[in-house]
Amino acid sequence: MPLLKDGRLVEDPWVPLADEDPVPKDGPVLVSLARWQAEREILRVRPAPVGVRLASDDSAEALADDLADVALVAVDFPAFADGRGYSTARLLRERYGFTGELRAVGNILRDQYLFLARCGFDAFEVSDARAPEAWRAAMAEFHNFYQPAADGYASIIALRHRRVAAAE
Amino acid sequence: MYRYDEFDRTFVDQRVAQFRDQVRRRLEGELSEDEFRPLRLMNGLYLQLHAYMLRVAVPYGTLSAAQMRKLAHIARRYDRGYGHFTTRQNIQYNWPKLSETPDLLDELAEVEMHAIQTSGNCIRNVTADQFAGVAADEIEDPRIYAEIIRQWSSLHPEFSFLPRKFKVAVTGATRDRAAVKVHDIGLFIRRNAAGEVGFEVVVGGGQGRTPMIAKTVRSFVEKRHLLSYLEAIMRVYNQFGRRDNKFKARIKILVHEIGIEEFTRRVEAEWAEIRDGVLDLPADEVARIHAYFAPPAYEPEGEAAATLARQRLSDPAFNAWVRSNAVAHKQPGYAIANISLKPEGGVPGDATAEQMDAVADLAEQYSFSEIRVTHEQNLVLPDVRQDALYELWQALDAQGLATPNLNLVTDIIACPGLDYCSLANARSIPIAQRLSRRFADLKRQHDIGELRIKISGCINACGHHHVGHIGILGVDRKGEEYYQITLGGSADEDAAIGKIIGPAFSSAEVVDALEAIVETYLRVRREGERFIDTYGRVGAEPFKEVLYAAA
Repeated sequence: MPLLKDGRLVEDPWVPLADEDPVPKDGPVLVSLARWQAEREILRVRPAPVGVRLASDDSAEALADDLADVALVAVDFPAFADGRGYSTARLLRERYGFTGELRAVGNILRDQYLFLARCGFDAFEVSDARAPEAWRAAMAEFHNFYQPAADGYASIIALRHRRVAAAE
Repeated sequence: MYRYDEFDRTFVDQRVAQFRDQVRRRLEGELSEDEFRPLRLMNGLYLQLHAYMLRVAVPYGTLSAAQMRKLAHIARRYDRGYGHFTTRQNIQYNWPKLSETPDLLDELAEVEMHAIQTSGNCIRNVTADQFAGVAADEIEDPRIYAEIIRQWSSLHPEFSFLPRKFKVAVTGATRDRAAVKVHDIGLFIRRNAAGEVGFEVVVGGGQGRTPMIAKTVRSFVEKRHLLSYLEAIMRVYNQFGRRDNKFKARIKILVHEIGIEEFTRRVEAEWAEIRDGVLDLPADEVARIHAYFAPPAYEPEGEAAATLARQRLSDPAFNAWVRSNAVAHKQPGYAIANISLKPEGGVPGDATAEQMDAVADLAEQYSFSEIRVTHEQNLVLPDVRQDALYELWQALDAQGLATPNLNLVTDIIACPGLDYCSLANARSIPIAQRLSRRFADLKRQHDIGELRIKISGCINACGHHHVGHIGILGVDRKGEEYYQITLGGSADEDAAIGKIIGPAFSSAEVVDALEAIVETYLRVRREGERFIDTYGRVGAEPFKEVLYAAA
């Protein structure tokens, strides 16, 4: 599956491991939360990075204390209408300070890129070669936003406030 | 009323451009109907039985004369010459063409209107007391906060794919005219012991197949914390609301299943993390929006009250209209004039383009260019001088808009039902029309007094039947339309869910059954008792007796 990262299609270096797969000696691997929790002492000391895949009903909190050891968190969207991952992403970024790759996987629509990006996702598993074009269009659709979120944009309220302050 | 600044304007224009591109992709076959569906729904575009339906937001039910005129134009240009005002203070057009909807939205944007989040599993158009700003029993104008919530909830990145739709209502008055307790979140503006103004927050009300009255999660939230508290509730709901069954996905089910104590604990824990942060509502933003809702330049009372009293005495028909449709205003010399959209034999909530234009003109002439839409599907001119009511009434009468039946037996709420809606089991509109003909005699209506009849064509309860003093629910029985009657519901501060009285009636029987209920009330009521009071005193028995004794 191609990966859209920061707006470009890139090779995905991460190897997804099923829970029963043996862990390869090196190379980045992506494991389930359950496997991470069961084998974190071993995974942590591997010489290559580890990523954790969260199901839509896994909480961000479950990973909160381990984020320093994790280079990638993938959040699953079993259906595009299942919006739990948006909260998971904001919590990982804003509350738990995760700075690694945050990847949206599963069923996502191009019309959701902007919402996903605003919540802190910076990588997307996509099936469409035209994804970069759609991404650029989506990112340009709005100039400002009413809400503060994980992308660090000042909200419209803050912008109004700044403008008034500058005028004074 | 609120006016867009450059941020609001750019935002709405960009949303229209985004939707235009989505429609283009659909028309060019790039998107299938399945893929297009969630996109069009987020912009209020439904596919009904016969055609597309577009629901336009009327934020907290407030319209300017210019906006009303635009709505009339849209009815003529893009529809069949009429529109339908809804129980969420919005307006629906039943016949727009998909290819024309982007242009329609561009026209709306010209008058600072849109269709954002009038559908979909997101935070819907925020509703408020239709007498906001003019009611005598108000602490503060709820529209200030409804506007703040409208902005915060618009394309919220985290809460646009909730388990289910989400409705918020705000009132600043002691009398609840906005059905606040049957909303997902209800906000009552309160003054605390220290004299500060804030909000009591109630959660988990709703209608549909599992009607529930909202419960209090926090009795006082300071203004500056409004958005962080709402965000905490939404985050708890987004994470824990059920997604396995759409009929159990509303927040009321979550509150019911985990209990209000546990729900409150989770909200408070979440709020503790985010309060005093970036969502803090600056006082200058509240003041900025507050300024838009400043009272208009009222004239001194003068002889207004005396003139009105004289006119009422000389014209009984006018007097009847004032009695039912004019409501006390906080400003001496002024009245709140209600325009009934429930004429005899009419479709509740429908207005023609000519009527909308006429209301716009009258608002300019008599009410500082402002109009309100009520959740009872009527219109309001909120600021009319008492000595102008007579002229206003005559002008309304010429447009068929002076039916003196506010809150009376023919002031019926009805959903679109099987005439339009693909979810309905039965028709609602023809029942409302037949009832309004049966009870057309105004003297009899005024004698019956306040009586709220609400009709839904299916269990989704868009016609609010659960909270009607008399509720009527359309059901399908082996392909035939039947109607189940509930009694004792109420949507106000004493909110209650009506109880089913007994077996359903056929379409042929239901109007007779309603009349038998009303006759029974007239027989057993005590002096000064409204229907709902009598029902509270005597219970269902006398009504059951008369409806089912023969069976």
